[in-house]
Amino acid sequence: MNTLFDKIWDAHTVRTIDGGSCVLYIDRQYIHEVTSPQAFAGLRRRGIEVFRPAQVTASPDHNIPTQNQHLPIAEPQSAEQVATLERNCAERGITIFPIGSERNGIIHVIGPQTGLTQPGMTIVCGDSHTSTHGALGCIAFGIGTSEVEMALASQCILQSKPKSMRINIEGELKKGVCSKDIILYIISKLGTGGGTGHFVEFAGSAIRSLSMEARMTICNMSIEMGARGGMIAPDQTTFDYLKGREFAPQGTAWDEAVERWSKLRSDDDAVFDKEVTFSAEDIEPMITYGTNPGMGIAINSEIPTSDDMDAASKASYAKALNYMGFAEGEKMIGKQVDYVFVGSCTNGRIEDLRAFAHFVKGKKKADNVIAWIVPGSKEVERLAIEEGLKDILNEAGFELRQPGCSACLAMNEDKIPAGKYCVATSNRNFEGRQGPDARTMLAGPLVAAAAAVTGVVTDPRELM
Amino acid sequence: MRNKFTTLISTAVPLPIENIDTDQIIPARFLKATTREGFGENLFRDWRYEKDGTPKQEFVMNSPIYSGEILIAGKNFGCGSSREHAAWAIDGAGFRAVVSSFFADIFRNNALNNGLLPVTVSEEMLQAIFSAVNENPATEIKINLEEQTIEIVGSNKRESFEIAPYKKQCLMNGYDDVDYLVSIRQEIEEFEKTR
Repeated sequence: MNTLFDKIWDAHTVRTIDGGSCVLYIDRQYIHEVTSPQAFAGLRRRGIEVFRPAQVTASPDHNIPTQNQHLPIAEPQSAEQVATLERNCAERGITIFPIGSERNGIIHVIGPQTGLTQPGMTIVCGDSHTSTHGALGCIAFGIGTSEVEMALASQCILQSKPKSMRINIEGELKKGVCSKDIILYIISKLGTGGGTGHFVEFAGSAIRSLSMEARMTICNMSIEMGARGGMIAPDQTTFDYLKGREFAPQGTAWDEAVERWSKLRSDDDAVFDKEVTFSAEDIEPMITYGTNPGMGIAINSEIPTSDDMDAASKASYAKALNYMGFAEGEKMIGKQVDYVFVGSCTNGRIEDLRAFAHFVKGKKKADNVIAWIVPGSKEVERLAIEEGLKDILNEAGFELRQPGCSACLAMNEDKIPAGKYCVATSNRNFEGRQGPDARTMLAGPLVAAAAAVTGVVTDPRELM
Repeated sequence: MRNKFTTLISTAVPLPIENIDTDQIIPARFLKATTREGFGENLFRDWRYEKDGTPKQEFVMNSPIYSGEILIAGKNFGCGSSREHAAWAIDGAGFRAVVSSFFADIFRNNALNNGLLPVTVSEEMLQAIFSAVNENPATEIKINLEEQTIEIVGSNKRESFEIAPYKKQCLMNGYDDVDYLVSIRQEIEEFEKTR
């Protein structure tokens, strides 16, 4: 009667210490330039080595430029952070995929893409969107820098076991609805704290029908409802995706792995601390109107009123709408759009670029819109060129940039100017997330494409 | 070895906003340092300062009325990014505890790993603290980690709070997890052989 989560967690528990803190063994650790330097400095201060360097992989992604990657990084602090990562990896024998190299990209895109991420594993990274990897049926979650240091020092972290939660999406998705809409819908229903303290398993027929990359989008944003992480039981879709990838098992080892992975599922009588079910038919293309990812609505509906909120929530709600320059009861359709950002670990994979490119094919970018199309990895960029997506984009007036986290968190030059509205396929619409005073509307690649060609918030189904 | 946390009696800085995310606590553009120091000056940067660096008078940290080592915040504090810089910034600005009715998981861990105590109280207690501090900014809050209690000094408002026993010991003794994990490396090696 165990959940999938229990099975993997328990198999990785080295010991439990008083009060329930677990010493959890970590199969893979991913690191990037922003949250690792202080961890390496800690090791240096203590005079200890990285315990299992072969299980650590690094890729600079957060603050690298998305143009002219062949040139030195212009911004000195970013350059220093990237150089520090390269130096730390060289000193400690850790594999790094340097900027511009064929395996470089957003760490949560390249983990699955290279086959480093596999079912049944435990994976950590100093980044909350580590939950992405859970789509392949593993326990993956974000940690802080002190925990990055713990994992480097011992290949373990200390962690209380979270509670379990299952979210079922049953039925068939409507035309024009993608996995980003599913997760924005879930968060809008459960709130940004709805999953806090829990590890979520996504299940149900609508989830099973999703491609591997679409599943990653869902697990990626499980942190946005406060969940420790999200996961989906591995199945044939998972195995087909992984087969033949560079670091996936090969030959007989592959067959053995698939046999082992096939058993990774929650028992039929498994009991979850929390369980909710939604109907796929109720989900429409979504967009956010506020300053947290829970503030999302169906694109055709109106911004909710605060009538039923308590005083404390009312004040925060008013603050959010004021920041966005929106009012209660307004329609989202027709709202001004200045920028469109397609990319990030949420929607920067090849399927997202395909969806966007096919939508804009034969159409033209609206003159009032500045659009940044940023592949999640060098491999995604390569495929986009090879498949002719780049040509389609160029013809429609769009430009394909180079990979990185880019305008998702605006640590590099890709910042949305103050007061401007951006429809973004990324994961957070917090105040200032895309640049000081920038206003973000989160959506999937189709809503982004519709906005990019019309210059205002538009229901993509009207143009399909 | 970090500072030990036992009992804290202090006035408090109230921030009655819900869902304060780590991008507000420390915006991403300030994450480019390679050391842990100096984040305190950019705590709540865009709420606290104008673009030119002038303090925004209406923000509570710029008010001469409120001060103290305890930050009181609305529910779901610390949601969003896993950046530990958020805990470093709060610590760096001189706070030793954050009180809210609900904390995001990663932030809570990060705070605990830096000797910054997250105290979860009931929504009722949280509102009582906001009212008390609002009425009299000299109101003191007492947090006793040993007994796991928080009270508004001079009132009958008192609550107990939860903390994992191991984490409590770490805070009270100034230990950290890396020392502990390195000390059991041999057991971890044995565990690896069984897999």
